Amino acid sequence: MTVKQPFERVVVVHGPTVLRVCRAVVGPVDADDAWSETFLAALRAYPDLPADANVEAWLVTIAHRKAIDVVRRAARHAVPVADVPDRVLPPQGRDLDLWAAIAALPTKQRQVVAYHHLGGLPYDDVAALVGGTAAAARRAGSDGVATLRRTYPTIDQEQS
Amino acid sequence: MTYLPDVADTDLRRLRATLVARAAADGLLDVAYRTVDSPVGPLLLARTPAGLVRVAFGVQDHEAVLTTLAQQVSPRVLEAPGQLDDAARELDEYFAGRRTAFDLPLDLQLLRGFRRDVVLHLPDIAYGRTASYAQMAGLAGSPRAVRAVGTACALNPLPVVLPCHRVVRSDGTPGQYAGGAAAKLTLLDLETRVGAAA
Repeated sequence: MTVKQPFERVVVVHGPTVLRVCRAVVGPVDADDAWSETFLAALRAYPDLPADANVEAWLVTIAHRKAIDVVRRAARHAVPVADVPDRVLPPQGRDLDLWAAIAALPTKQRQVVAYHHLGGLPYDDVAALVGGTAAAARRAGSDGVATLRRTYPTIDQEQS
Repeated sequence: MTYLPDVADTDLRRLRATLVARAAADGLLDVAYRTVDSPVGPLLLARTPAGLVRVAFGVQDHEAVLTTLAQQVSPRVLEAPGQLDDAARELDEYFAGRRTAFDLPLDLQLLRGFRRDVVLHLPDIAYGRTASYAQMAGLAGSPRAVRAVGTACALNPLPVVLPCHRVVRSDGTPGQYAGGAAAKLTLLDLETRVGAAA
């Protein structure tokens, strides 16, 4: 029997993963907005989520939609608007290079790397989000990782 | 890909604070909670928009209490210390001997029937005084329901604030307590000391 966890535990357990996904998809600066919009929408819908649902997959799916919204909004507002919260510096140090390398990937590869490799979403679910087949998503993902291995060679040596 | 990029705790703390503020503004903060230190160990304080809904001792397992609140009240539970500043301040004053009654909005939704009748009569026992389980049964309108009074006190969702620690055995010994017998003695000693000094 599964009981629904307090939402606080959802934030604690999945907050870091969702932030990695958001940073990979929209970049370190807009990631904060995407993360906040994702968890606010998730909090709103949480009472209706079945207790045995895959919470992380559900959050990554919401993050995908919110990332699209954030990118569209950023495109509309070429200059910063007054109600945008204080911008923070992007993550520092070694990870800066990785985020830059991910940002340089073609959109589909970047999305698959974010949702599958960072977010843990199965290829079938990734394909449902980004379009195309699961096999195409898998190819895009391995192409993306291959590029990252070239541009960011230490990727396999480091452990989180 | 074996390397997961780090995300800094400071970033997550900042994002969580923003989430709590926006959840409160949007009316989505159904249960806010925090923990405070006290002479009877860490206390979990939880509130709904209506008021304080739960106080729990460390021995009651705060994680288990939060899971129960998620089932019984709402799964929209977030740690939001600022939402409980008033409760934390009044409890501080109480434990410092500067407060003898609480003046907090309470949400009694976890209480039903006879348990509710018993718990709502607890503040009738004055600070520094005690009543027996039998006397409480009389106050609640069912003089023979002594055992049920014991159960109602044991399951009081708002201990300390609704003073079930003032209900003792007929022979004057403290009896059992949800926070443990030592916690009950600590509270009774505090009230005796402060009451005598007043």
